[in-house]
Amino acid sequence: MLTLVARRVIRLAVVLAGVSLVTFAILHVSGDPVSLMMPEAPEADRAALRQSMGFNKPLPVQFGRFVASIARGDFGQSFFHREPALPLVLERMPVTLLLTVLAMGLSLLVAVPIGILSAVRRNSVFDHGTTLVVFLGTSMPVFWTGIMLMLLFAVHLRLLPVSGWGSWAALVLPALTLASASTPLLLRIVRSSMLEVINLDYVRTARAKGVSEWLVICHHALVNAALPLVTVAGLQFGLLLGGAVVTETVFAVPGVGRLIVGAIRQLDFPIVQAGVFLLALIVVLVNFAVDMLYLYLNPQIRVR
Amino acid sequence: MSVGTLAPPTVAVPSALSDIDRSRAWRKFARNPAAIAGALILLIVIGAAVAAPYVAPHDPARQSLIRRFTPPLWVQGGNAGYPLGTDQVGRDILSRIIYGARISLVVGISAVVVSLVVGVTLGLLSGFLRGRVDAVIMTIVDVTLSFPQLLLALAFVAALGPSLGTIIVVLGLTGWERYTRVVRAEVLALREKDFVEAARAMGASPTRMVLRHLLPNTFSSIIVMSTLQVAQAILQEAALSFLGVGTGSAHPTWGQMIALGRDFVSVAWWLATFPGLAILLTVLAINLVGDRLRDALDPRVG
Repeated sequence: MLTLVARRVIRLAVVLAGVSLVTFAILHVSGDPVSLMMPEAPEADRAALRQSMGFNKPLPVQFGRFVASIARGDFGQSFFHREPALPLVLERMPVTLLLTVLAMGLSLLVAVPIGILSAVRRNSVFDHGTTLVVFLGTSMPVFWTGIMLMLLFAVHLRLLPVSGWGSWAALVLPALTLASASTPLLLRIVRSSMLEVINLDYVRTARAKGVSEWLVICHHALVNAALPLVTVAGLQFGLLLGGAVVTETVFAVPGVGRLIVGAIRQLDFPIVQAGVFLLALIVVLVNFAVDMLYLYLNPQIRVR
Repeated sequence: MSVGTLAPPTVAVPSALSDIDRSRAWRKFARNPAAIAGALILLIVIGAAVAAPYVAPHDPARQSLIRRFTPPLWVQGGNAGYPLGTDQVGRDILSRIIYGARISLVVGISAVVVSLVVGVTLGLLSGFLRGRVDAVIMTIVDVTLSFPQLLLALAFVAALGPSLGTIIVVLGLTGWERYTRVVRAEVLALREKDFVEAARAMGASPTRMVLRHLLPNTFSSIIVMSTLQVAQAILQEAALSFLGVGTGSAHPTWGQMIALGRDFVSVAWWLATFPGLAILLTVLAINLVGDRLRDALDPRVG
């Protein structure tokens, strides 16, 4: 158990190093970061910037410096806001996390019961209906779903605000939109992992003993189907954060996603790097936590 | 086989799809109405994209301020010449959707080709060589999975300057990891099989083992994955152009059209609705076909 934990921690460190390298590459992939930062400046100014930012040093040296400065929390100054980039991103993080967690909760709330029911009533009309909805859901672009919800609830029915932030009502449409992207996938996983355990020997034994059907499903089957669900929910978190970027843009939600999209349009790379790095960091940490939870929950490993 | 036979030993290589398998798979596929509907929709979309100049009723770029915000045909004030209505500068929505199909399909398919080449190569290496190579490749996969794919693509497209080529390469290079994981897993399972063992015993070179014995047996997974990946790539491309890092070309894309429609959502609902329906139908059709292909090509099912 301890060596397993140690191995996970080493892996975490290696993955984080890789994440920093990719973040570093965003600015350097074009070959000349200076012309990205000041495309219209005269050559003399560019040379000065190249000198002061250390862009004339070899790439490994620059990468070393980059890692050292992000370890201090320094992603440089935003070109546009003329403030350090990291605080600007951190300021907007709670909004994005709130939206993501709400959507995740909503997804689980819908996907778990419906997934179980369609596994239990396999090949029923209900199950086929669910499959159809899953297909439709995975084929819809998130941003379009958002606009359609906006048309229905805000423009047509006038029940909810079109966009903005600040009231609970303004939260509803973005959270629904984001949840609509992750629910179909979760539903499919719940259904298939339930189907896998539902016919196993111990479930059949429980039935044979005369345990009520409801208890068999909830106690014997669901507990075992939950294990893969935990891993998938962790992986979904990354997908949701990606979806949040688009959803925030649709509904003008002042979160990290909208900040990054705006920064990309203005070629404000310190913000882009800080934002991309932080979101990846969150995904890595969530998956690490899920891994740990998995080690803890899985009796086969826990005993060792 | 007797010891000392001079005849060259032959090993029966189970090919991915024999003729019998193929016709059986086809029958299974053809029995499913949803898959047939998907295939039909897909044919229509591809046909419209290829023949865009002949089937589009108007030039997609032609503006006409008198006709701006013409609603769809069946709504009061609609015009039979513009069945899906016009946008804020009077361009015909239907024609723009038809031209938009070209970019979606080209980007979707090309990006998947890039992913496929990179992902399958790494998957074969990882599963065949194992050990340190495998550890390195799987770490790269883990790193890739840490980033929301869309966000990473967005950042790199912006850094490299938006163009059709950049979008294809970036979407391809951010979406390969599924191929690697699946191909690696299959190769790890296959290398324990007797026919691979036999080939090894007969001294087949590593290259021959991989290309002749392992790769062909992963084809059916690759085909299934590719259809589903094309659907994903089309959605990603639409999201990128919705967010404003488009292809840089003058031609409309579905994502751009929806972005525009969002700005006029309370004035003209049809601007965002129809391009979105076009994406939905295309992606749904590909997903239906892909899902059915998986069942048809999987010998374990039915």
